[in-house]
Amino acid sequence: MSPNEPMIMSTANLPSASPAAGKPVKHPGKLKAVNLDFYYGAYQALHDISLEVPANRITALIGPSGCGKSTFLRTLNRISETIRNTRVEGQVLLDDEDVMQVDVTALRRRVGMVFQKSNPFPKSIFDNVAYGLKVNGFPGSLKDAVEHSLKRAALWEEVKDKLQKSAYALSGGQQQRLCIARALAVDPEVLLLDEPCSALDPIATAKIEDLLFVLKDQCTIVIVTHNMQQAARVADRTGFFLLGKLIEYNTTEIIFKNPTKQETEDYITGRFG
Amino acid sequence: MTLRNRWRKTLSYFMLSLTGVCAVVAVSLLFLILGILVYNGWQSVDWNFFTKLPKPPGETGSGMANAIVGSLEIVLLATIMGLPVGFMAGVYLSEFGGKTFAFLIRYMADLLNGVPSIVIGIFVWTVVVRRYHFSAIAGAVALALILIPITARSTEQFMSMVPQTLREGALALGASKWRAIATVVVPAAYRGIATGMILGVARISGETAPLLFTSLNNQFWGGGLSDQTASLPVMVYTHAMAPYDDWHRQAWAAGLVLLFGVLLANIAARLILSRGIAVQK
Repeated sequence: MSPNEPMIMSTANLPSASPAAGKPVKHPGKLKAVNLDFYYGAYQALHDISLEVPANRITALIGPSGCGKSTFLRTLNRISETIRNTRVEGQVLLDDEDVMQVDVTALRRRVGMVFQKSNPFPKSIFDNVAYGLKVNGFPGSLKDAVEHSLKRAALWEEVKDKLQKSAYALSGGQQQRLCIARALAVDPEVLLLDEPCSALDPIATAKIEDLLFVLKDQCTIVIVTHNMQQAARVADRTGFFLLGKLIEYNTTEIIFKNPTKQETEDYITGRFG
Repeated sequence: MTLRNRWRKTLSYFMLSLTGVCAVVAVSLLFLILGILVYNGWQSVDWNFFTKLPKPPGETGSGMANAIVGSLEIVLLATIMGLPVGFMAGVYLSEFGGKTFAFLIRYMADLLNGVPSIVIGIFVWTVVVRRYHFSAIAGAVALALILIPITARSTEQFMSMVPQTLREGALALGASKWRAIATVVVPAAYRGIATGMILGVARISGETAPLLFTSLNNQFWGGGLSDQTASLPVMVYTHAMAPYDDWHRQAWAAGLVLLFGVLLANIAARLILSRGIAVQK
């Protein structure tokens, strides 16, 4: 199989989770990249990436530093546009709609993002979670919505008595879960996570991984990680990037136990060099 | 070996003490200035100073009420004119400026910053005063011209210090760019921005040269903003230049009041700004 023709898991193979989540899956892929190229100025960072992210599944993107996995993730919600002199060719489709045709703020409300380094705003815990709701003109009770989001991010019990305290008073792991709560508050259909655990200890990491399992019933998750064990633990499907190319994309089991490409096997087994 | 070690230690102690001495000199200058001002001026800072008008030499009960109010007027007006422009320009430079255009603006702001204040005074005299009249407004225009580049550059600096990840965090939640700037970047930088603004206002409240050509001076209560207006720095200048001892004392007193005003504004600002949530490094 060539890297440009990734094996797509058919809907028939998906366990009952997708229909049960209440979001009927019209398409096997929630998000699709089609022949995606990405340039920083004259430098081409992504080469002809095509892959399909199944709905209500966790998709992991692995690969060595600088391989383009984060760049790819950032094209999915067009946050890559914040960097000057960048250019995208090819398409990203969300529910078969070209993301370039969607209003960018509406797109980012549907496709949430959690960053590598936790980035709470210099505001109270409450205001952090309420931020996305406020900018999107949420009509309901902010208080209830904030509580609901914090519960979804498994942070409520730890912060319910100090919602008006600075977000910076929280530990690193709590801050990252706060950022997840903040992203969940606007109820995104897709959640992109860019190495969310790279600065966290194993206990905080385990909490976030547990959280991902719960969340995948409600949204589609794409996680970039340089930690192969993490991909193996959480992901249903895994894509391996190398030098801006998608080398192999398949179910996590096949990628880790029986990869078809030599490069994948070398990387997985640590013989990469 | 031991000789070399001893030499190294001696040199180290010497350099360390030298930096310490220089630090003490730098700080003690402030106290020296304060001390001399207090020594020469405190006797004349009385109730009359704040409530009465200046009187001819030799008469007692002279004050500078008009200059205190005039200074406040001119500086307030300059602040209203200059701060918004400087602030917006700073936001533009930090958040929107392209490479070449922003470089040009930044460079010109720095040049404007370096223009001697007396030249600004002549400029405003030509453009405003010659057409209309010596006035508080003309003085405020001159001070605003000094304030704008200071505010623009300091605002830009503090906004650029806000981590990019905060902007991305806001954008990723569906905030538009201006919204992300207004609700996340500016609040994250507001302490620095406000401190820069206060320092800028403090700087212009002591400017004398631009006011000599623009608001001029007034021995009496002027006729409003469009009339020539007394200010503390110009009062210090005129009274210190005069050959009368009692006027000299008034000049010292005016300098003292001016300096204390600026110091108080600074301290108050820092107290206010020390509250709230700062950006995490």
